[in-house]
Amino acid sequence: MIGGVLLVILGIALGLAAGWWLPPNGRRPVAVRRGGARRILLPFSGETISRRAMDSALRLAVAEDATLMPAYLASVPLTLPLDAPLPARAETVLPLMEAIEQRAARRGVVVDSRISRGRTCRDALSRLLASESFDRVVVPAGDGSDAGFSPEDVAWLLAKAPAEVVVLRPGPADHEVVTGAVVRGHF
Amino acid sequence: MAVDRTSGRHKVFLGMAPGVGKTYAMLEEGQELRRAGEDIVIGVMETHGRLDTARVAEGLEFVPRRLISYRGVELEEMDLPAVLRRAPAICLIDELAHTNAPGVEHVKRYEDVADVVAAGIDVVSTMNVQHLESLNDLVAELSGVRVRETVPDHVLADADEVVLVDITPGELLTRLREGRVYPPERIDAALNNFFTVENLVSLREVALRQVAESVGAQRIAYAGAVGTREESLQSAASQAVGDRLLALVEPNPQAQRLIRRAWRSAARLGADLDVLWVRSSRDMSDADERGLAALRQLVSLLGAELHVIDSDDVERAVAEFAAERGSTYVLMGRPRPASGLGRLRQPLPMRLMRRLEGVDLRVVADRAQRPEREG
Repeated sequence: MIGGVLLVILGIALGLAAGWWLPPNGRRPVAVRRGGARRILLPFSGETISRRAMDSALRLAVAEDATLMPAYLASVPLTLPLDAPLPARAETVLPLMEAIEQRAARRGVVVDSRISRGRTCRDALSRLLASESFDRVVVPAGDGSDAGFSPEDVAWLLAKAPAEVVVLRPGPADHEVVTGAVVRGHF
Repeated sequence: MAVDRTSGRHKVFLGMAPGVGKTYAMLEEGQELRRAGEDIVIGVMETHGRLDTARVAEGLEFVPRRLISYRGVELEEMDLPAVLRRAPAICLIDELAHTNAPGVEHVKRYEDVADVVAAGIDVVSTMNVQHLESLNDLVAELSGVRVRETVPDHVLADADEVVLVDITPGELLTRLREGRVYPPERIDAALNNFFTVENLVSLREVALRQVAESVGAQRIAYAGAVGTREESLQSAASQAVGDRLLALVEPNPQAQRLIRRAWRSAARLGADLDVLWVRSSRDMSDADERGLAALRQLVSLLGAELHVIDSDDVERAVAEFAAERGSTYVLMGRPRPASGLGRLRQPLPMRLMRRLEGVDLRVVADRAQRPEREG
């Protein structure tokens, strides 16, 4: 009888101790949640990013509970050290990254941005491939204009990327882009 | 208005919403210019049945609108060729975001305005901030209403002057209820949809910020255009007096947003930015290594400095670092919920507030998410 009561008291005490010890709601705090284990790379090099590519990457991220990794490929002129500050570039890239993150947040997708430097965009991408791991790469193929990846870049990526590469065909909606202007003055 | 240049000047009256008085302000300016002897006409004006607005246009010359037949309907549009033939010194053109009836020279009215300005005619026009293309998503997120007629950002950016027509949300709602914005049959629908206090407060903030950014950009462009290097340096130095920002980060994805916020604040204050991670004695994980490398790349792009201090006493390390660097403003993310004995301590922001006297502290919140509805 006494043993039973002691067991009950011990159980209650252990329960209270566990409740005290665990973070609120018994879950991992939101601030350190890292999203899914899968990662989807979305490289870009300009002042805008194709809305179609962005939306495709987001759809994949939602479906696979993956983390979106938008990566800005910074080509640094040979006249500058590779790690030189690029404040003019920052003026356009950071708002764009904020805009991407806001768009992703609306879909509930965790974002882990990257910046990779190189002497060319391909060099920057090469360095990124060497230092990061991811499961998919989403790139829009260009149609001969400035937008999208050139056929040579796509072929190079298919040969080098240690992940599944999703190449989006050029489409009529390719002129629609996500731009950093959307958050100008608002972050 | 126009001096010493072949193209005209473009002045835009910007508002947060219909009914703030943009058209009224445009017409009042027109009347002043007319009294000053300027050759001024109204290219197009949308009174929306507002008698006050129509009254203030009295005495100003109108270029008659033209009738366009579209699918059996007669539509009135600004007569661009007639405006160009009339060639006044100044032309008032309302509602930049308006979409023209098919069959006229341009799809959008702002394109008509570009033609008028290119012809050497000064233009005074109006638009609401929610029509600005780049703000379309943001305004939709803030207000839940997405507008279809948009104006590219460069139209506002290229304008010579942007003037904010600002009234409080309460005053606008009073105007609306009194029937001074829409006819009686539309008032209830407007109050229930777009014209809520929350929407108007958000839109007002967006409009104020938009104009502030334009003014800032003009100031920088003007300083760059007319100042010597020494003058620019003096100007920069005067802005930077006393301010130095410190962003407290951990090598996780949320830190990137914190750094972006800190960088933006530093840019606005003309201040320098330090980024600090107080690394505890536990081993670094692979994710930490990758996160730290990502932060280094981001920080180096900005020209800021990333510092890593090894300490298990975050509060003390931050306080010493802030004192050493002369930080005046500390930004940090939302602290993790404490567990175990940590609950007995005050949260880190409170402890830093107490310890860092005279230093502002800002906790950057997680991004709020709001559902969006079509409207």
